[in-house]
Amino acid sequence: MDFELTDEQVMLRDTVRDLLARNYDPESRLKITDTELGWSRDVWRQLAELGVLGLSFTEEDGGVGAGPVETNLVLEEFGRRLAPEPILDAVLVPGGLIARVGSAEQRQRILPEVVEGNKLLAFAHAEPGVRWPSTELRTTATAQGDSYVLTGIKNPVPHGDCADELVVSAVLPGGGVGLFLVGLDAAGVVRKSYRTVDGQRGAQIEFDKAPAELLGDNLDAASAIESTTVHAQAGLCAESVGAMAEALRLTAEYLRTRKQFGVTLSKFQTLTQRAANMYVSLELARSMSLYATASLADGGNDTVVASRARLQVGRAARHVGQEAIQMHGGIGVTAEYPVGHYVARLTAIERTLGGGFEHLRVLTAGVGDYDLAEL
Amino acid sequence: MKISLSPDEVVFRDELRKFYRTEIPEDIRERVKYGRELSRDDIVTAHKILNDHGLAVPNWPVEWGGKDWTPMQRHIWQDELQLASVPEPLTFNAQMVGPVIAQFGSQEVKQRFLPATAALDIWWCQGFSEPDAGSDLASLRTTAVRDGDSYIVNGQKIWTTLAQYADWIFCLVRTDPNAPKKQAGISFLLFDVKSPGVTIRPIKLIDGGYEVNEVFFENVRVPADQLVGEENMGWTYAKFLLGNERTGITGVGRTKVKIGVAKDYARQTKSGSGTLLEDPVFAARIAELENELLALEITQLRVVSNSVEGKPNPASSVLKLRGSELQQAATELLLDIAGQDAVPVDADDIASPGWAQRSGPGYLNYRKTTIYGGSSEVQRTIIASTILGL
Ligand SMILES: Cc1cc2nc3c(=O)[nH]c(=O)nc-3n(C[C@H](O)[C@H](O)[C@H](O)COP(=O)(O)OP(=O)(O)OC[C@H]3O[C@@H](n4cnc5c(N)ncnc54)[C@H](O)[C@@H]3O)c2cc1C
Repeated sequence: MDFELTDEQVMLRDTVRDLLARNYDPESRLKITDTELGWSRDVWRQLAELGVLGLSFTEEDGGVGAGPVETNLVLEEFGRRLAPEPILDAVLVPGGLIARVGSAEQRQRILPEVVEGNKLLAFAHAEPGVRWPSTELRTTATAQGDSYVLTGIKNPVPHGDCADELVVSAVLPGGGVGLFLVGLDAAGVVRKSYRTVDGQRGAQIEFDKAPAELLGDNLDAASAIESTTVHAQAGLCAESVGAMAEALRLTAEYLRTRKQFGVTLSKFQTLTQRAANMYVSLELARSMSLYATASLADGGNDTVVASRARLQVGRAARHVGQEAIQMHGGIGVTAEYPVGHYVARLTAIERTLGGGFEHLRVLTAGVGDYDLAEL
Repeated sequence: MKISLSPDEVVFRDELRKFYRTEIPEDIRERVKYGRELSRDDIVTAHKILNDHGLAVPNWPVEWGGKDWTPMQRHIWQDELQLASVPEPLTFNAQMVGPVIAQFGSQEVKQRFLPATAALDIWWCQGFSEPDAGSDLASLRTTAVRDGDSYIVNGQKIWTTLAQYADWIFCLVRTDPNAPKKQAGISFLLFDVKSPGVTIRPIKLIDGGYEVNEVFFENVRVPADQLVGEENMGWTYAKFLLGNERTGITGVGRTKVKIGVAKDYARQTKSGSGTLLEDPVFAARIAELENELLALEITQLRVVSNSVEGKPNPASSVLKLRGSELQQAATELLLDIAGQDAVPVDADDIASPGWAQRSGPGYLNYRKTTIYGGSSEVQRTIIASTILGL
């Protein structure tokens, strides 16, 4: 058992940390998130140059062949700086699906472009009225010659607003779920873009007999969606841990400097004891996040592990986030001050791919099947 | 990063797993598993078997019977012991006084006490707390005044666990009342509880049991060669000891077993049209508790795999704080499964099962875990100051 990072991993983490710190102090971040795109093409280019966009892909697909540990180290840094670049939404998740089920030709056509930062993808999967972990899709694929057309509504599509090409899930003519590539400029595709509660971007995308290319020849992509989702769950955990760590750091700093009643807030034990509780929540969440990542790195792909991690991280995010704002007082609820932005991001993550309630339900269903809970 | 055990560690684990389950008498392990009271003999028997196989004090220096194990091997040793419901080697001997003597005692003191301590031929108790020195331990007032070759000890200790079984006590005493700081002028003294002038008075706890005592000292004459280390350096030794106590107190394996037992009872308990374990609200509570426990287990593994020799990781306060809370949560779970059957206690020949009758006292007893060994508030203060800089 080993929780240490290798020298290369530390170097990667520090490089990304530096890059993001150079580009994002709270003020410059707000300027970027206020633009229409909501993130920086310039930072995207720098990430591409560093190879960060290619971390999770094999060398054959134009990537660097790193693993979940590296990917999630990067996502933790994204969480820490609240970097708005859609690395999970535009690269890791949809790219991961293409890497898993795409044909050699499709992978070669698309993935190197993604790794170089020239092409943005999005995964259009969620549908109105269908909550995680349900897989009952309403979007349908109909054969037309040797191609397909799709009809249905996808929402929310995270960062669907800026995507060049979509990976879309749809029910196949013979049943089962398939994955399709759809260009945003294709006929029959309508995109309605919006801002999200955490200052990011998303879109509803409507398909009306939109021409679509089947991804790979795998006529049942459900298991690929599931394992990509497990990776995404671990990634969201890592990002949350970064965001929580920074929210706690800001809070501790604030307690050390803010004066009321003639002394700094850190003189009030009721506050320091609660800050210590935040640390306990953070460290337990970090443990579960590492567990999720390490088990992927060990070759596992276990939905129960993902739900365990999401449950713990979600509980912690709520606790740390709410306390961070409370201990900042009025400044905590202003949009000018960063702590609230961290809480907004944590809040959005908690509603993505299942929240505490849904993950707890997954675990609850299995409680009677084993004696002792084991790693 | 790797979450699985190495092949060597798996072999190591499996050997211990087998040893604990075949060598330690089943009736003793059953009593531990189901939270029944252990006799002095039970604890001594299990401890001696472990010691005969070199497994009682692996954390000690090799020279005194310890093992040259990695922190992970030590962790596995303890975790498996707990999962097999083996009584822990007596903490006062194995975790507390033994390591202090081995680290700070003179050669003579080591030779005299360590083998007997490892073998539990001496049963030690811990005389630290006093009526006016609890969390603020350094304000202790028991005095030891040098008189020729002896110290004369006067004062009172309280909360002395299992002193009624003890042969000897290790005590913090004030040897220099004029020291500039209250932490200075304290010494670490060993003596026989049967020495003239020692009186032990049991204190009944809310569960009806007796495990702690008041201990009074009236002109107790203690040979000066029973001082550990240097006079007036006792606070340093006490801090070393308390650091060990904190990490050992997490109890993940024990709590897991408790929850496993609780699930069994929940499976046998009717609720609505099914069993309590099938009730989604109840099952959710178990799932949540198990998840918290796994998070704590991984946190413990992180601390174990990062611990630099001899330097307690400040995150170990998380282990004490959360470990004690989860131990309490597990006893509360049992209590809630017992429901109305938790109300009668010690009643023979009635319908309420024995485990249910014990669940109330068990719950009440376990309120202690967030108080002793550095209370939860004290742990939070450590986290706030040493980690968060508050
Ligand atoms: C079952 C049991 C077994 C024990 N066994 C032993 C033993 O074998 N040997 C031994 O020496 N001692 C033993 N103890 C004593 C134990 O270490 C003390 O009870 C403990 O240190 C707390 O001290 P206290 O009881 O005086 O409470 P106090 O220190 O008076 O604390 C009362 C409350 O105030 C809180 N508090 C105190 N100071 C602060 C602060 N600065 N900030 C915030 N909150 C604070 C505490 O957390 C607690 O909630 C045992 C205790 C129990 C309950």
